[in-house]
Amino acid sequence: MISFLAKRLLEMIPTLLGITILSFLIIHLAPGKPTDVLTEMNPKITPEARERLEKYYGLDKPLYVQYGLWLKRVVKFDFGESFSTDRRPVIAKIWDTKQPLMERRLFITFVINALSMLLIFLIAIPIGVFSATHQNSFADKVTTVTVFIGFAAPAFWLALLLMMLFGIQLGWLPISGLKSMDYDTLSFFGKVWDRAGHLILPVFISSFGGLAGLSRFMRGSMLEVIRQDYITAARAKGLREKEVVYRHALRNALLPIITLLGLAVPGLIGGSVIFENIFGIPGMGQLFYMSVMTRDYPLVMGILTIGAFLTLIGNLLADIGYMLADPRIRAK
Amino acid sequence: MKKILSIMFLFILISGCRQEPAGNGNQAVTAISDEPAYGDALVAGSIGEPSILIPMLAGDSASHDVAGLIFNGLVKYHTDLSVIGDLAESWDISADGLVITFHLRKGVKWFDGVEFTAEDIMFGYKTIIDEKTPTAYQEDYLQVEKAEVLAPQTFRVTYRKPFAPALTSWGNLVVLPKHLLEGRDITKTDFGRNPVGLGRYKLRNWTPGQEVILESNRDYFQGRPYIDRYIYRIIPDPATMFLELKAGGIDLMGLTPIQYTKQTDTKHFVENFRKFRYPVFAYTYLGFNLRHPFFKDKRVRQAIACAIDKKEIVDVVLFGLGKPATGPYVPDTWPYNPNVRTCGYDLGKAKELLNLAGWADRDGDGVLEKDGSPFAFTILTNMGNSLRMNTATIIQRRLAKIGIKVDIRVLEWSTFINEFIDKRRFQAVILGWNIGLDPDQYDIWHSGKTKEKEFNFVGYNNPEVDELLEKGRRTFNMEERKKAYFRIQEILAEELPYIFLYVPDATPIIHARFRGIKPSPIGISYNLERWYVPKALQRHAAMQP
Repeated sequence: MISFLAKRLLEMIPTLLGITILSFLIIHLAPGKPTDVLTEMNPKITPEARERLEKYYGLDKPLYVQYGLWLKRVVKFDFGESFSTDRRPVIAKIWDTKQPLMERRLFITFVINALSMLLIFLIAIPIGVFSATHQNSFADKVTTVTVFIGFAAPAFWLALLLMMLFGIQLGWLPISGLKSMDYDTLSFFGKVWDRAGHLILPVFISSFGGLAGLSRFMRGSMLEVIRQDYITAARAKGLREKEVVYRHALRNALLPIITLLGLAVPGLIGGSVIFENIFGIPGMGQLFYMSVMTRDYPLVMGILTIGAFLTLIGNLLADIGYMLADPRIRAK
Repeated sequence: MKKILSIMFLFILISGCRQEPAGNGNQAVTAISDEPAYGDALVAGSIGEPSILIPMLAGDSASHDVAGLIFNGLVKYHTDLSVIGDLAESWDISADGLVITFHLRKGVKWFDGVEFTAEDIMFGYKTIIDEKTPTAYQEDYLQVEKAEVLAPQTFRVTYRKPFAPALTSWGNLVVLPKHLLEGRDITKTDFGRNPVGLGRYKLRNWTPGQEVILESNRDYFQGRPYIDRYIYRIIPDPATMFLELKAGGIDLMGLTPIQYTKQTDTKHFVENFRKFRYPVFAYTYLGFNLRHPFFKDKRVRQAIACAIDKKEIVDVVLFGLGKPATGPYVPDTWPYNPNVRTCGYDLGKAKELLNLAGWADRDGDGVLEKDGSPFAFTILTNMGNSLRMNTATIIQRRLAKIGIKVDIRVLEWSTFINEFIDKRRFQAVILGWNIGLDPDQYDIWHSGKTKEKEFNFVGYNNPEVDELLEKGRRTFNMEERKKAYFRIQEILAEELPYIFLYVPDATPIIHARFRGIKPSPIGISYNLERWYVPKALQRHAAMQP
């Protein structure tokens, strides 16, 4: 077990290195430079001033030198300074220790994604089991169509419709942001409720699209297990259907789902980019989008590296979870 | 403008007649008595977040917007576009135009109570011309030969050559508190996120990604602003921002033409908001690559101009919220020449000009040819600007009528600029310029500005225009300048390196409880410190100190 873990951890190093090299190359290949915000279409800029700015940001050096410099800092856990005009350290933008925990970008994105993941599992697994045990029934078809509508509906469009309904027509929920203007004057429970209210729509939107994949997967997995001989044996033994499904079939059908957990991380980070922009939520996704648009290389690289690291950790945790849950794998 | 004002006036009359009891929260806000009062907060929506609040280091408009409330300049523009004093009470320009002496206002204080003096300007000037300062704005200051502090309130600059834009360059870019920053690297301090200024508002709290809260400077040298707080809320998605406006989450935002004309005429909006409209200092144009064989011939460019109905573009694309452009200046401003000759919309003339240039449809396929090649070209424009894309589509249809086949290609901004504009790989483009309030456009039209990354990317070359541009920036005499720029417009209208399409209107909307707003050619926010909300209408509780 321990040697397995050590091996997996060592394997992560070249993978992470490969990811950073690819990301670094791709973001530098994209046309445009971080200095564009100052120089592009600014009639007051001279070629000398442009060169001076590029030198200031170290963009005059060859790409491999730039990567080498970046790597040298990152192994010391220093992501460098952002190239945007404020020149703040990248890490301070992602995890600003001057702000309370609840205002730090990584934390905000993490909370929303954790909540929506939880919601996806809570809803998708029962739907999948239900669809499998009632295969091809009318109810199965209705749920299938519903989750696929969620999958197909563009998140930004659905988000706007819900904002109009709940934010304006009914006036029940806030439209955007993380907290209200008068947040500081609220009581403790008022504050909790205020924050929760702001999270309802974003969490709903980010989980609605994920229902289809997981519930269909659960349905397929369940159907496969139900056809197994040991289920037939369990039924033959005279167990009640409930016991057959929930005790014997479900446990085994859940195994592949563990893998999905690990694979879901990059998808969630990608999804954050969209809903954080729509709902004006100051998380990592919004930061990532802005940093790409301004070609803020150190910030883009910082976020990608953290994202890649989290994905690899997610995979590792999934493997460990798998091992714990399935004795057959442990034996190997 | 007049029409809107009269509608507004009518509305005030109507709502005044309704005679609802005072103090009723539901009544139309325009009916309340109009007494200036301190208090309340103005919440403005912004797509972008400021990055740094030091004007000389900032590149994005959000940073400049907020920094503009915190810092003042030596001079500023008056509502009629003349230059008036701000931190400078007055100034003298020597007869040869080389020396400007500023006499600064006395008793102006930085937020920390230290008095503002000419030393601060000197410090700002030295910082902006410093090699190590990553600024994009030093060009104007490199023209200065000598800067001196003559007295605590007197600052003098000497130029090598007379330079007309010099006076207005002494705006808020060079005003920095010396006593706080001397000997420190401004890129390494937290001054950019925690600035000490001397303007109308000071920074109170900045939550990254969410909001920037400014509070009024009670010791502002032109009087304490009425509105206590100015809150800048960051909402990256424009559709979300509009919903926030509707729900009352923000008080002020810029509307798109469709929002202005179609989506804000409901009862809710009419009762609770006021819309404004004034020209932006910007224009959109169709620019030709003048090195391209099709467009070398002036008659071809003129023909295309005659085939484009600018009025149609304004009506369809901008929903009428703009003006057809005839040159690179905003109509009704002093450099604008109202008498340039333009073709108007005249298909017959367009066809005639093309024939003269040797273009004719010889094979009957509806597309003109010359020397065997059909008249087909591509218009490039940038992604994310639906106004430009729609304009391109209209032009495409209009040009098809005179036998020119147009393709449209939409490109991501950085790709567009770096791969196509800078490398001159284009036939025609639709782009826009934001123009400063000073009419100097040397960099756009001068034949010496055609190198890569320079702004005469169409390759325009006219010795007379070069000379006039030089003349216009070397004299402070308004009449002389006006004459030069009038003539330039005549030449540009004849030679058409660009077809000037339209000058769009800015269309902000603001909650009706705010009073004291006086629209002007330079917009509405110039007198922000005089805006107020009558006591009975104030929405946000007084600020806790």
